[in-house]
Amino acid sequence: MSPVSRRRDLVRPYVVTGGRARPSRNTLDLVTLLTAVPGRPAAALGPEARAMVELCRGGYLAVVDLAAHLALPLSVTRVLIADLLDSGHLAARNTHRPAGTPADRDTLERLLDALHAL
Amino acid sequence: MPSTLCETAYVRDSVRATVKLLVAGAFGVGKTTLIGSVSEITPLRTEEVMTQAGAAVDDLTGIEGKLTTTVALDFGRLTLGEDLALFLFGTPGQSRFLPLWQDLAHGAYGALVLADTRALQRCFDTLALVEQHGLPYVVAVNRFPDSPAHPEAEVRQALDLEAGTPLVTCDARDHTSSRSALIALVAHLHHLTGA
Repeated sequence: MSPVSRRRDLVRPYVVTGGRARPSRNTLDLVTLLTAVPGRPAAALGPEARAMVELCRGGYLAVVDLAAHLALPLSVTRVLIADLLDSGHLAARNTHRPAGTPADRDTLERLLDALHAL
Repeated sequence: MPSTLCETAYVRDSVRATVKLLVAGAFGVGKTTLIGSVSEITPLRTEEVMTQAGAAVDDLTGIEGKLTTTVALDFGRLTLGEDLALFLFGTPGQSRFLPLWQDLAHGAYGALVLADTRALQRCFDTLALVEQHGLPYVVAVNRFPDSPAHPEAEVRQALDLEAGTPLVTCDARDHTSSRSALIALVAHLHHLTGA
């Protein structure tokens, strides 16, 4: 058994979120970018939330990056991130295409050029 | 839990647009291999907790009290130019992962569906999920050393592909070959926006 799954058995996923399965906001995509807001102390936060803020002090990370680095399920990660956005510890940069909007031709063109140049 | 990461783990500050593409297919078809051959970060693994959906399929003998099951999700990232970050999500193609698909397909531009000619039928579920979510896609046959060589027309027919859906071949272990498969997908998506 890996260290991660052992920890999972000891702390059920939603204990971390106080039993909540849904985040306080629905705008968090898997690739929404997050960074820590300077000057917001994280000492009073729970261990997972504190680790998130500390990781985000180094720059921008996507929602999935945080879930992977902290070995937390995505749904739990989202609840915690939404809390940290509400409390002003984290700031989001919405860079992804809003759902329901047509694919952006200009972005695809630049993507194509960049892949050819890779 | 780590409290710091190396600099390359972060998305560059200048990134203003993120593009999400799915690399979808059955277990063992080479999704993570393909992502790893083009990603600038070692593919990361995250998990999602799924309730009920998998319960009828997963063997829960001995753990009857378990109401949730987890599914692993691998992903990689590529920074392109100054301001573009491409996220590639390895997406398991079995229909029991439907709840996960809704999340992954949200805002995704399209999907590269990986197929294995040794077992083409394993691709059907994936194609059904991609179509159900309205995602444009390209099929890439991942050539394994013992893959039988089928004429393209036969593969197209077996997968019941529409005439406009591109079919390419790749070696998921090879950077250039995987990049070409991605280029085929993005070119197709680009073509569709002009239609």
